[in-house]
Amino acid sequence: MHSKTIAELAAGLKKGDFSSEELTRSFLQRIQQFDPELNSFITVSEEHALTQAKAADAVIAKGNATALTGIPLAQKDIFCTNGIKTTCGSKMLDNFIAPYDSTVIRNFNQAGSVMMGKTNMDEFAMGSSNETSFYGGVKNPWDILTVPGGSSGGSAAAVAARLVPASTGTDTGGSIRQPAALCGITGLKPTYGRVSRYGMIAFASSLDQAGTFTQTAEDSALMLNVMAGFDEKDSTSVDKAVPDYTADLNKNLKGLKIGLPKEYFGEGLNADVAKVVEEAIAEYKKMGAEIIEISLPNSHLSVPAYYVIAPAECSSNLSRFDGVRFGYRCDDPKDLEDLYKRSRGEGFGDEVKRRIMIGAYALSAGYYDAYYLKAQKIRHLISDDFKQAFEKVDVIMGPTSPEVAFKAGEKSGDPVSMYLSDIYTIATNLAGLPGMSVPCGFSNNLPVGLQIIGNYFDESRLLNVAHQYQQTTDWHVRIPDAYK
Amino acid sequence: MSLDKNDVEKIAHLARLAIAEKDIPGYAASLSSILQLVEQMNAVDTDNISPMAHPQDAFQRLREDVVTEENQRDHFQKIAPEVENGLYLVPQVIE
Repeated sequence: MHSKTIAELAAGLKKGDFSSEELTRSFLQRIQQFDPELNSFITVSEEHALTQAKAADAVIAKGNATALTGIPLAQKDIFCTNGIKTTCGSKMLDNFIAPYDSTVIRNFNQAGSVMMGKTNMDEFAMGSSNETSFYGGVKNPWDILTVPGGSSGGSAAAVAARLVPASTGTDTGGSIRQPAALCGITGLKPTYGRVSRYGMIAFASSLDQAGTFTQTAEDSALMLNVMAGFDEKDSTSVDKAVPDYTADLNKNLKGLKIGLPKEYFGEGLNADVAKVVEEAIAEYKKMGAEIIEISLPNSHLSVPAYYVIAPAECSSNLSRFDGVRFGYRCDDPKDLEDLYKRSRGEGFGDEVKRRIMIGAYALSAGYYDAYYLKAQKIRHLISDDFKQAFEKVDVIMGPTSPEVAFKAGEKSGDPVSMYLSDIYTIATNLAGLPGMSVPCGFSNNLPVGLQIIGNYFDESRLLNVAHQYQQTTDWHVRIPDAYK
Repeated sequence: MSLDKNDVEKIAHLARLAIAEKDIPGYAASLSSILQLVEQMNAVDTDNISPMAHPQDAFQRLREDVVTEENQRDHFQKIAPEVENGLYLVPQVIE
């Protein structure tokens, strides 16, 4: 049962092969069995899940099921859940029980899916290895000595080990695509503004976007059908009709124009990873796609610009954590300033403090033009590169990550080397474009991800392109031996 | 740009973060290396480029000025560190 996709499980539920309660119990048992080692969950909401499962069974019995009714899912612990702890991987929110549901959670509740729990993540989504979590690192099911990637490491590891059929994540600079690649599963980051950010704890508001971890592109489409849509409560959510994302999955790829940015295949890319990605592209050629070399000449500026914009926005967003209204408060503050400083100093971890300080510095008097304004201008250049590329091609492909999963501890002492693991994903966030990572092979027995970048609101095409590849290859059904 | 101890103390104060004395050299080193990475931006001439704030060039939506939220003070204050008579408590600010 645990290796089935959402689509297969939904069919089984409908036919009465098993109930949502049975399904939920069976996944809860897998979580109990495997998660003490993987540490992919911060909170397992067993009671809540069983209540939702029973309610789903009643809906299914009445014949009112949607594609996600009764399906167990894990939610990244960045989405506020009414009555269930939401920590964002931080000591700051270790005691935080949100008084409301985020829109994403509300949408899944309305669809009748079952929330199994909240997944581990880098603190406030700042990290590429899940090692900055207050709740400890997550292990990659393919090799427990390596990291699952980050920041949505728990969501990725949980799906890779089939502790849940699918999960949600958020992607500010690669936090869905990079862990999906490192864990050998399918990750989707939609266009900025496609999914509501209401109740999703903000890191960098102009970049953050919620998305999915699944086994297949078809399942991503089913999840996105539930998540996407305009929300009055998010002023940056885009008021644009939501198509049925499963409608185009079976379209033929003949004549599809795939752009390969030469900058994504240059220095810094592991040779083995390059080979695996090139084989995947050859597969697309066999399906009738046309391969076109393109250039994104400003891509080398994406990491520098990102590390101004993201920290600047985070320093502003995280100023709300002040020890006054909710969250961590230090003991015996001697005055208000002491309360602010020690609550924040003790409540935040190292990487979060680093980014807040970089942001505060970049936004401080006299430095704004040299840092934030400069970075926003470079963001325009990067976005224009993509605009020009999409005049010639339908999708852009390349590696998701320059290397496979790295060892825990390998980069945690050197922030800049950690930042460079997102070198191929960050530009997409700066431009606000949708992107996916699809498993496309192995190097040293660790999964490699193929990144597919699409034009604005072209998620249907991305999913079609990924789905067609998954019809002719079987990388996405591979499960690490210990979890089979 | 290389930051020294004074810079780190000043930034930590701006950000209202208590940083232990012993951790300052570590932050000075890592923040300096991040700024070095960031300064690769300086190699590009951006004089005639406009800044980009939103991918879809969206503008801020406006709505009618009507009450949309109900009063949930008690519900929200349940998770507060310290409250009294519906007020959030902090150390005394005015003597």
